[in-house]
Amino acid sequence: MSEKEVERRDPTELQDVFTGESMDLRPGSDDCYKCSTCDTECPVAEVDDDFPGPKFQGPEQWRLKRKDDHDIDDSVMSCSNCMRCDNVCPSEVPLSQMHNTARGEYVESQMSKLSREYIRNRILSNYGRLAPLAARFPRLTNFVMGLSVTKFVNEKVMGITGEREFPEFATETFTDWWTKRGGANVQNEEKRVAYFHGDYSNYNTPEVAKAMVRVFESFGYEIVVPEQRCSGTPMFANGMMDDARRAAKFNIETFAALVEQGYDVICSCTSCSMALRQEYPELYSFDGTAKVAANTFEALEYLRIHEDLEGELADSSVPESEFGELAYHAPCHARNQGLDGQAVELLSALDGTDPVDVGDSCSGISGTYGWKSEKYDTSMKIGEEMFEHMEDVENETGMTECPTCAMQMNHGTGYEIRHPLEVLDSALVDA
Amino acid sequence: MAIEDDVVVVGGGLAGMATALSAAQDGSRVRLLSHKESTLRFASGLIDVLGYVGSEIVSNPFETISQLPDEHPYRRVGEDGIRDGLALIDSVTDYAGGHTDRNALVPTFGGTVKPTARYPKHTAPGLASDERDALLVGFETVVDFDAPLAAEHLAETVPFDVRGITLQFLGDFRTDARVTRLAHALDENERIEVGGRGSVSESVPARIALAERVKPHLGDAERVGFPAILGEEHPDEVRATIGRKLGVEVFEIPMGTPSLPGMRLEAEFETALREAGVRTTTGNPVVDFEGTDEISAVIVERNSARIPFHGEQFVLATGGLVGKGIDSDRSGVREPVFDCHVPAPENRYDWFEDGAFDDHRFARFGVRVDDELRPLDSAGSPEFHNLRAVGGVLGGYDFAAEKSGSGISLATGVVAGRNASDEVNL
Repeated sequence: MSEKEVERRDPTELQDVFTGESMDLRPGSDDCYKCSTCDTECPVAEVDDDFPGPKFQGPEQWRLKRKDDHDIDDSVMSCSNCMRCDNVCPSEVPLSQMHNTARGEYVESQMSKLSREYIRNRILSNYGRLAPLAARFPRLTNFVMGLSVTKFVNEKVMGITGEREFPEFATETFTDWWTKRGGANVQNEEKRVAYFHGDYSNYNTPEVAKAMVRVFESFGYEIVVPEQRCSGTPMFANGMMDDARRAAKFNIETFAALVEQGYDVICSCTSCSMALRQEYPELYSFDGTAKVAANTFEALEYLRIHEDLEGELADSSVPESEFGELAYHAPCHARNQGLDGQAVELLSALDGTDPVDVGDSCSGISGTYGWKSEKYDTSMKIGEEMFEHMEDVENETGMTECPTCAMQMNHGTGYEIRHPLEVLDSALVDA
Repeated sequence: MAIEDDVVVVGGGLAGMATALSAAQDGSRVRLLSHKESTLRFASGLIDVLGYVGSEIVSNPFETISQLPDEHPYRRVGEDGIRDGLALIDSVTDYAGGHTDRNALVPTFGGTVKPTARYPKHTAPGLASDERDALLVGFETVVDFDAPLAAEHLAETVPFDVRGITLQFLGDFRTDARVTRLAHALDENERIEVGGRGSVSESVPARIALAERVKPHLGDAERVGFPAILGEEHPDEVRATIGRKLGVEVFEIPMGTPSLPGMRLEAEFETALREAGVRTTTGNPVVDFEGTDEISAVIVERNSARIPFHGEQFVLATGGLVGKGIDSDRSGVREPVFDCHVPAPENRYDWFEDGAFDDHRFARFGVRVDDELRPLDSAGSPEFHNLRAVGGVLGGYDFAAEKSGSGISLATGVVAGRNASDEVNL
C-alpha cells in the first residue's frame, strides 16, 4: 500500500462530513464489493447452518446498524475468530476487526452479565489469571481437572464440554525455570530479543519455551523475559474487551520500552504474535502500539530472516525415532501472518524428519471456542478434514505452532504433538 | 542471506501459478508470493483463449491471432506460447476440450453461450453444440441462477429443446446458506430429513434426495444442468450418483463468484505446485524492491515490518484492475510494486466511452512488454533486465470483451517462467 493510501485509510483521520462524527469502520465497509470470498473460506459457515458468515457479520451488519436496527445479531458469538476471512479478502476489508468490535459491543450491551454464558466465557478467556493458582499446585490441579465429577460439573453447570481432557499443568513453570537458571546465558549488545512466551508455554508446555531459549542462545542472542500478561487472543474471541484492553496495555508498555532499547519481540505461539502484530494496532492506540507490532516476529520467521537457518538445518539431523514423519498443521493465525508454509519448508532440509502438510483446513478448536459445550460438535466437524489428513500420515506424531490447535490435533487423533522449536532444539543444540 | 530463491514470482493467481510451475519444472528453485487467495474464486473455471475479435465470434483462436493488434500479448508469445499454456493446464487438470483447436460453446448462467478452449469435465455434457434436450434446474436460494430465464435465453440460439425449473434446495438450510455449505452437504452426502409418512420423518443422503426431487420434472430431457455447486472435494462422485439416480447425464453450469469450479482449479494448481517443489508464501503484500537496474529482492510488508525475499529473476503477476496489480487515481495510472510505466491518456475523460459496453481504453490499461515479456519504460527500454510481467497486469488487451483472460495468463506465464529459469541456469 502506498503512503497515500495508508493515510486515506486511517479511520481516526476521517470524519463524516455531515455529522462531524468519526468514521470508524466506514472505509472498511465501503471497500467490500460483496464477492463472498470470505464466506467460502469461513470454516464455521461451512458446517454450521445457523451461521450467516463473515460478509454479514462484518460489513453488512455494520451498515444495517447505521439505521434503526441497532442490535448486534447474536450469531457473532459463533464466529471463532480464526480470521481466515482477513486472509482471503481481495479488497482489504478489516473483517476480523469488525467482528471483534461487534462482538465487544454485543457482550457489552446485549449479554446479561449474570448469564451462564457470560460467566463461562469470562472464565475461559481469563485462563491466564487462573493458571498461576493452578500452577502452584500442578499435581492437585491435574488430578482434580481429570476427575469425571469435575467434568460433570463443568458440563452441567458451566457449559464447558466434558469431551475434552484439560491440559496438564507443568510441575515447573517456564518462568520459574528461567529464574532458577539465573536468566540469560548469553550477553550480546548486538543481538537482543525479548521473549513473549504467552501463558500456555509458561504453565503447560514449558518445553516449547525452553527450546526457544536454547535455540536463540545457540545463535548468540541475548534473551530477556519480561513480566507479561496474556496476549488477549481468548478475550478478543469472547468479546471481553475491557479485560483485553488491560492486558494489551500492560504488554504494550512493557515491550515498547524494550523495543526502544533495541530488542525485537519474539513469540513462539502464532496467536500471540497475531495479537501483538495485528489486533493491538487495530484496536488500541497506546503509545508504542505500532512500534511493538512492527518489531514482533514469530521465532522461526525471525531466525530465517536474520540467520542462515536453512543452511544450518541442512547440515544437521534429528533422531528419526523421535520425529520422523510429522503431520504438520498450519494454524489459521499462522496463515494470516504468511507463515503457513514456513515450518514444512525449513524442516524439509533436515535429516531425520519429514514434515507433511495436512492441508489448509482449520483445526476447529479456535482457542476457547471448542471448549464450549454448544460449540463442541461444530468444532469437531470443522476439524474432521484435518483429522482425516493426519491419519494418512505414517507416523503418529503431529506438529503445529499453536497450543490449542495442538490440543485439537491430539484430541482427534491421539497423536503426540510437537512444536517446530522443539525440532530445532533437537537439531541445533548440543544436549 | 536469509530467504533466497532463483525465480521469485509476485502474485498467486492463474498467471503467477503458471509461471511458478513452468519455472520449477524447468529446474529452478521458485518462490511464489501471494498477498491473498487468488481471484480464481471469481472465475468461471473455464479456460478461454480467444472468443471474440471485435464483435465477431471466433471459431479457431489459432487462425485468428494474426488479426490481433501488435501490442496484444498473444503477439509476444505466438501460437507456440498459447499451445504451451494449454499443455500446462492439461497437465494440471483433467479438463475437456483438448481434442480440437476449435472453441467449444458453453452455456452460461445468464443463458448466453460462451466460446472457450478448455472446460471442466463436469461442464462437458452441457455443451451447446450437443443436440440432446436439456433441463436446467435452479434453486430458490441460489439466486444468481434463474433457470427458467436462462433456458428461455438459450432456447433462442441452441439446436435442442431446453426447459428451466426452480426448486427448493434440500433440507432446512438457511435461505442465505452459502454455496460452499450446499457443496459441502453434497460432498459429505449428509443425511437430509425428508417428510416421511405420518409423524415419522426419514432421512436420505443428500445426493439421492436431490435426484429424487428433480426426477418428477425430467420429462424428455436427456441431460440435466445444475448450477456449479455439486461438491467442492468430490464433484465426480456427486455428479455420478445424481446421474445414476436420474438415468440421464448431469452437468454443471459455470457460475459467478464465489465459484466452485474456480476453487477446484485453484486446489489442483496448488497440488501441482507443491509436487513441483514451489515454495509458496502468502498473506502479505509485496510493496517494494531493492536494486536499481537489476532487482535483487522484493520487500514483503507485514504490519510495517519489511521482509526481503531475494532472487535472481523476478516475475510480476499481480493482476489487473480487479486483482489490484494496476492502480489509478485522478492523476494517472500506476503499477504499484515496481512503478513500471503504464501508458494511459493524460486526460481522464479519454479513459472511457459513454456506453457501458463500448470499447473502453481503461480495460486495456497495463504494462507494455518486449518479446522477452520484460516491462518497458516510457522510452521503450526494459525497466529492469531481470523482471518479466505476465497475465492481467499486461496491457493492450480487453480480456472481458475478447474472452481471453485465462489463455493469456497461461501462455505468458509459461513463457516467462521458462525464460526466467533459462537465464538462471545459463
